[in-house]
Amino acid sequence: MRAVLSVATLLLAVPAFAQKAGLPAEVLRADHEVGRRGGRLVYALRSEPKTLNPVTAIDVTSREVIGRLQADLIHVDRQTQRTGPALAKSWTVSPDGLHYTLLLRRGLRFSDGHPLDADDVVFTFRCYLDERNASPNRDLLVIGGQPIGVRKLDGFRIAFDLAQPYAAAERLFDSLAILPRHLLEKAQDEGRLGTVWGLTTPAAEMAGLGPFRLKSYVPGERIVLERNPYYWKVDSAGRPLPYLDELVFLLVPSDDAQVVRFKAGETDVISRLSAPNFGALTADASGARRLQDLGAGLDYTFLFFNLNDVDASKLPEVARKQAWFKQTAFRQAVSAAIDRAGMVRLVYQGRATSLGGHVTPGNRLWQNTALPRPQRSLARARDLLGRAGFVVDKAELRDLKGAPVTFTIVTNAANAARVQMATIIQDDLREIGMQAQVVPLENRALLDRVVKTHDYDAALMAIASGDADPNSEMTVLVSSGPTHLWRPGASAPMGPWEKEIDDLMQRQLVTLDGAARKRLYDRVQELMVENLPMIPLVSPNVLVGAKSDLGNYRPAILDPQVLWNVDELFWRTPPAARP
Amino acid sequence: MKLPRKLALAASALAGVHFAALAAGFLAPYGPTEQSRAWPYAPPTRLHFFDEEGHVHLRPFVYPLADDETRAGGYREDRSQRFPIRFLVRSPATLGGPGEGWRLFGVDEPARVFLLGTDGFGRDQLSRLLHGARISLFAGLLATGISLGLGWVLGTVAGFYGRWTDTLLMRAADVFLALPWLYLLFAVRAVLPLHLSADQAFLMLVLVIGLVDWARPARLVRGLVLSARERNYVLAARGFGASDLYLVRRHIAPQTFGVLLTQAALLVPQYILAEVTLSFLGLGVAEPVPSWGNMLAALQRYHVLSSYWWMWAPGLALVPVFLSYSALSEALHSRVGPASP
Repeated sequence: MRAVLSVATLLLAVPAFAQKAGLPAEVLRADHEVGRRGGRLVYALRSEPKTLNPVTAIDVTSREVIGRLQADLIHVDRQTQRTGPALAKSWTVSPDGLHYTLLLRRGLRFSDGHPLDADDVVFTFRCYLDERNASPNRDLLVIGGQPIGVRKLDGFRIAFDLAQPYAAAERLFDSLAILPRHLLEKAQDEGRLGTVWGLTTPAAEMAGLGPFRLKSYVPGERIVLERNPYYWKVDSAGRPLPYLDELVFLLVPSDDAQVVRFKAGETDVISRLSAPNFGALTADASGARRLQDLGAGLDYTFLFFNLNDVDASKLPEVARKQAWFKQTAFRQAVSAAIDRAGMVRLVYQGRATSLGGHVTPGNRLWQNTALPRPQRSLARARDLLGRAGFVVDKAELRDLKGAPVTFTIVTNAANAARVQMATIIQDDLREIGMQAQVVPLENRALLDRVVKTHDYDAALMAIASGDADPNSEMTVLVSSGPTHLWRPGASAPMGPWEKEIDDLMQRQLVTLDGAARKRLYDRVQELMVENLPMIPLVSPNVLVGAKSDLGNYRPAILDPQVLWNVDELFWRTPPAARP
Repeated sequence: MKLPRKLALAASALAGVHFAALAAGFLAPYGPTEQSRAWPYAPPTRLHFFDEEGHVHLRPFVYPLADDETRAGGYREDRSQRFPIRFLVRSPATLGGPGEGWRLFGVDEPARVFLLGTDGFGRDQLSRLLHGARISLFAGLLATGISLGLGWVLGTVAGFYGRWTDTLLMRAADVFLALPWLYLLFAVRAVLPLHLSADQAFLMLVLVIGLVDWARPARLVRGLVLSARERNYVLAARGFGASDLYLVRRHIAPQTFGVLLTQAALLVPQYILAEVTLSFLGLGVAEPVPSWGNMLAALQRYHVLSSYWWMWAPGLALVPVFLSYSALSEALHSRVGPASP
């Protein structure tokens, strides 16, 4: 009874408190443990962000910082993986799925104190859709060949019109930062919006709706954010969020250096730990640090062969080897020969999952669980090769013309796990008589070969899915997609099966019924496994760590794994008392 | 009588190390690329002489490894079975490894004997160290041969003919000393084909190290030749009509050999280190073929550096090799003496 009473008094107290602090009327009340205000959180970034401009940012670290400075209309909760209201208080969809109406929260202000209204939203979408700005988000907002239509209905209501139904359309709004028209309209009109808001822009010329705002930037060293006093969320006791005074991003270029900093207590949270480093940190874990294995994530590592239509006069060697690579039986044999369990053990110390298809077990909603688990079978590999006309001569596999089967596997030199996996594959393939050589390349050189020159035999790479929804895989699976790595931006599908995948992906895009979409995507996964344009290897577990003193720390497998709820994070012991 | 003993000691230690490298196929218990995937980062296997009951065994034995359930990635000895070390075992041919042949020692399956532990792929570090020594040690020797040979010829020519030949060659030497070699090497590697076989990579390493560093021995030799050619007996021989070739062969070259030998003893360890450095940076022999440099490259990763001390083995092996070479050069130096009397 007393508990109920105290809750009731608190609720009554909120509006008065909110007004006193100058908080907007329509705040979002978060439901989590009530924390303590104050303190700073230090997090290491892998590389220097390229920009703080939400329209042009494409690299992970830029987005990691921008995500804390900006806010979106509808947000995907990183833990439940479902959409929820953010700047938009609510929304409605027309029965045909073509028209969305979003209702903005009233009384919200940007971090410089300027009020937010529907004009800012309309302006924002004008910026994202403007081809002059070359925004990487533009593709997502063009549906059925038509840019999404944005209309202001009144000061706080905006209508979005789609040319065709689009499954999971609310998810489009996630991470699309709403921009301050009062600061950026001039730049947009002059066509130079793409170049504004670099790292050296003075803090006063920037504003956002996120929990923090820019305080200072020291090139090559750190970016400091401070609390946004106009933030639109309050905790369940009605007190304004975020709890932290400051959020500090240190620039620490290598994984190992990040681990050392975290171990020394210089950073407070760490994400994307490699399995060996996770093991090394766990081995001497004191009570002051909490390390967590969140299980399978959404990233998948895979091997693929060069299936591009290469010009035989320019790349005769690659073209000759493609006679093998383009045979499904050859790819199936390679897949059967690979010891995925060995990779999980040697490279990830058990903290990874062998993959049969490209959808990871971390994606519980969409994985096709009917697909067989990958099993290593040298007998099957030899049988497949034998029937395709390959012969083994003195432990060396030869094709129909008697040429030995040798090829190189390129991979990213900076990623030790991938180099190790390639070395394991090299050893595995030797057992069926193939001679593979591992060539670690600098990342840019690798991408250049895979995407531009097509001068490579096979490559081992990984894709980090931003979202669990199949739409996020469109650019990988559809034959004309830019990240369809084995044949990027192809003019036509390779065969009937690829044509079918293209059709299925387009159909799931416009199917609104969830169960029907799942059936379509299941079939896509089946076709991928049968034809193996990419050979899935493993999916590493998501490994994160934080100081035990951090409250409301709830890491998730979706990016940003540890900072997604930074507005709720707090220190249990007062900053002054912490060592 | 102290000097010859030191010389003999250093020389025999070096001969032993080089012999071990040549005999790697026999001395190493496993193939250098043979993976035991069940045992990544296994610590060095302990040799036992006393069993559980306290009985003494003259023939050492090992216990097989088992996963330690209490620590992820840890191992313990499975004390239920003993496997004696066998000497002169005949091993079957393994894929990728050396063919069928005799090995100095080994144990019966399923036990393994990893005297220096294993790396991340479960490959025996001792076998890799021995096979890697072939590349690392002989790269040093061959590169020294090339560098001294070239340096001697060019230095002698420069010193003997003097004038514009001398100026030209010595300015070229200055240029060679001034070039930023490491960056140039990265550029050269980028131009070469994606994959070099182990032989090609070895040859490239030796040539690069040897060709890059001719300038220093050349300068040294030039100095010696310069002073030698003004000696009275050289002038006398010239007066009697001796040809250039005869003069160099008979009177001048012998003056340089002692210094050359001392130089060699100094340069070999430097070049071994150059190979190790280049392979460490990924410019040398590629995985899975071992060299001391690419074995040490594993230490670039924090968890290896902090958790698996036996991965330092190639680095530690360098120390006695360097010490022997330095003792050798010292002993040679005091025997042959500096360039003059």
